[in-house]
Amino acid sequence: MKTTETTAPVPAESGMPVTKTGLPSEVPSRDKKEGAVLNVFSHGVLVIWAFMVVMPLLWAVMTSFKDDRSIFGSPWSLPDTLHFSNWSRAWTEANMSDYFLNTVLVVGGSLVGTLVLGSMAAYVLARFEFPGNRLIYYLFIGGMSFPIMLALVPLFYVVNNMGLLNTIHGLILVYIAYSLPFTVFFLTAFFRTLPTSVAEAAFVDGASHTRTFFQIMLPMAKPGLVSVGIFNFLGQWNQYMLPTVLNTDPDKRVLTQGLVQLAVSQGYKGDWSGLFAGLVMAMLPVLAAYIVFQRQVVQGLTAGALK
Amino acid sequence: MQHGKYRFIVGFLAVPLGLYALFVIWPFIQSIYYSFTDWTGLSPEFKMVGFDNYERMLDDDIFWKSLQHSLLFALLLPLVTLSFALFLAFMINVGGRRRKGGPAITGVRGSSFYKIVYFFPQVLSIAIVALLFAFAYNPDSGAINSILRGIGLDSVQPLWLGDPNLALWAVMAVIVWSTVGFFVVLFSAGMASIPAELYEAALLDGAGRAATFFRVTLPLLWDTVQSGWVYMGILALGAESFAVVHIMTTGPGGPDYSTTVMVLYVYQKAFRDGQAAYATTIGVALLIVTLAFAAIIMRLGRRERLEF
Repeated sequence: MKTTETTAPVPAESGMPVTKTGLPSEVPSRDKKEGAVLNVFSHGVLVIWAFMVVMPLLWAVMTSFKDDRSIFGSPWSLPDTLHFSNWSRAWTEANMSDYFLNTVLVVGGSLVGTLVLGSMAAYVLARFEFPGNRLIYYLFIGGMSFPIMLALVPLFYVVNNMGLLNTIHGLILVYIAYSLPFTVFFLTAFFRTLPTSVAEAAFVDGASHTRTFFQIMLPMAKPGLVSVGIFNFLGQWNQYMLPTVLNTDPDKRVLTQGLVQLAVSQGYKGDWSGLFAGLVMAMLPVLAAYIVFQRQVVQGLTAGALK
Repeated sequence: MQHGKYRFIVGFLAVPLGLYALFVIWPFIQSIYYSFTDWTGLSPEFKMVGFDNYERMLDDDIFWKSLQHSLLFALLLPLVTLSFALFLAFMINVGGRRRKGGPAITGVRGSSFYKIVYFFPQVLSIAIVALLFAFAYNPDSGAINSILRGIGLDSVQPLWLGDPNLALWAVMAVIVWSTVGFFVVLFSAGMASIPAELYEAALLDGAGRAATFFRVTLPLLWDTVQSGWVYMGILALGAESFAVVHIMTTGPGGPDYSTTVMVLYVYQKAFRDGQAAYATTIGVALLIVTLAFAAIIMRLGRRERLEF
């Protein structure tokens, strides 16, 4: 198993050692020409795709400042004046503030629970031998490839019978359960890479297993916890399928649900500018966080697939 | 000591495993059991009906449509997304101009900028992306048809999501848009770890860019491509396609069932039509398709692992 410290995608210039010596100094001219054409072509494609990624996002930001009439009349025109009222209307009247609060509560609780329970299970599975260890491990990671929707049909009634339907804490428990497969998979591999000597020394000094875990192993596992934490944060913050099935109370909606519901209800309310403001409002914090923590986010999201 | 060890193991595993068993494993087992009953989901009563649901499924035209679309998603989406991402990643990392005195292989200028920008859609919720594109596709006031009018194509004003022949492709394009960046970054990280000496050796032997890509880059990246393929296929069969089809299409799944996929059909049968048992039957079919897909890709893709 490779370590989880995956290399950040550094630009190739710095990622590859300069080993110029031994290369022929003059490049054949045919090759040069091909290189130039290819360079123009490759730059062209790269620029066009960057444009296609950024345009829809910029268009959404621009539209969130326009009034309804110009949204429909001329989708690409710049706003005549900046209609900030769209944003305040979305925040208060369209309940975006409630959706934000619900999402923060659900994701906050789920994230802490996922990391605590996931690291406990992963630690035991990685470091202790006992009958059934492999079975439990494969039970966890099997959950990564099963279609969740199949389980959601009976799960709805399980959750309902427990009185947890349409509750924040019920949603938190379900989020944790469905985040465990990847978290356990990732952290088991991580705990295996940590040296055993420190924990053994602590144990010899009389620390209990539990104390060794919380005071020695968890701090050592911090880089792994950060990666898998970012992965789970984005997955839970952006979750759409689980709340759509298990969280049907309008007051408990999370952001993604709230926005979709808002879009549906605009059919008769007609406040499209407010909806766009809500969309951008939901987009910006995640994009801002990504730009600030770019390296960690990329590491967290690609770490699992690179093993 | 031994006693303490087992108490510790049980104590640490009990809560996570209990939660996982109750909310994930138990519902899966129940689902398979329910697919042999006539449970509606509305009342707690049901009886066993054997393979009735499965027979009904084989006669259900909408099921076959959803299966067809899901298979198209699972095969075409990874193919298009991964090929395009490989192409972009190769350009970013290897497509640079060869500067005098520089390394034999360089990325293009601004390669880290491209990687940052391409990754944007990955951090956004697929629900938000789907909403955004649902507006862009609007035939009258949407951004796309407005561009077409702007460049003088007044006669080309497709209905996009309203056209049964176009809707599925429009939906698939959104999934490609939102996932390409992730794979560009993933493959870039893989390419950066390929030693430059290998490229230099290939160039010395007179290999062009295309040969370098197919003979050096792709074989060394194969493991990553393969796991990416499985990952993308599972997404395209499950959560990703549910969100996009559920949010963007009319019906949802329309027009005229032209965009319905298996995961959406399960949801509609269970939570809209009150046919929970039949929904789990389609869910079992989806499970089989997903597992078969993963097994086939792993088997087809098996190659001798190249060490470097």
